[in-house]
Amino acid sequence: MRIPILRLGDILLTSIQSDITDDQALTLQVDILKQLGDSRALGVLLDITALDVVDSYMTRILSETARMARLMGGEVVITGMSPMVALSLIEMGRDLHDVLTALDVEQGVEKLKRRLDATGDEDDDRPRCERGSANARD
Amino acid sequence: MRGTDSSSVVLIATPEDVVRARQAGRMAAAALGLGLADQTRLATAISEIARNALHYGGGGRCEISACQEEGHHRITVQVTDHGPGIPEIERAMSPGFSTGNSLGMGLPGAAKLVDSLAIESRPGLTQVTLAMRRKAR
Repeated sequence: MRIPILRLGDILLTSIQSDITDDQALTLQVDILKQLGDSRALGVLLDITALDVVDSYMTRILSETARMARLMGGEVVITGMSPMVALSLIEMGRDLHDVLTALDVEQGVEKLKRRLDATGDEDDDRPRCERGSANARD
Repeated sequence: MRGTDSSSVVLIATPEDVVRARQAGRMAAAALGLGLADQTRLATAISEIARNALHYGGGGRCEISACQEEGHHRITVQVTDHGPGIPEIERAMSPGFSTGNSLGMGLPGAAKLVDSLAIESRPGLTQVTLAMRRKAR
């Protein structure tokens, strides 16, 4: 079973609906990166609400996918991690380093859009947030 | 009172079986009345060692037993494979260890999620036993 990836404007949306195998996780990674390249979408939202086990392999797939997408010029946000999964990850001494996360899909879309707006300003000398804080100090 | 109240076996030959093994562990923990956090800890730990049996041991067997002992529930999970064995167990238990391909063994993480994790390994037989003991409610 392949996990479907939908497009919503500049964002690709995908959701893991049940516990998946290592192979399915790897296939999803490849599919996400391929669609990101093909569709020229800017961001990917990956919802893992239904995922009740995230072990070292899945952690690696998730953080690698985010880093690979970023190398391509895109951005990934992972949404809906369950409290028990977060607890297990931290207890195991693992983390999703440098990966954008959000509580749910709605907040994920907002976070992704904000991040994409900010990245779009990279051509300027300084990102928007830095300018904002400089003004605040004036 | 002591003794095995229930046990189940999952044969590990494919990635689907790794999923089956961890879900069987979650169900066994739930059946004993363990909370969601412990169910998730156990399922995650089983996932790590079942995957090792598949990748390094060429497949194996996961037995999950639950028993009661003096007001406590105890779940024991034993994963056995007949692969080449883990050459350096102490190093395999240290964080960041990997056997050459980029897959880490996941053992240190699994050990942190359960009360005990013991490894016996020699060429032809590797047994990883993990246990979780909780007060009966």
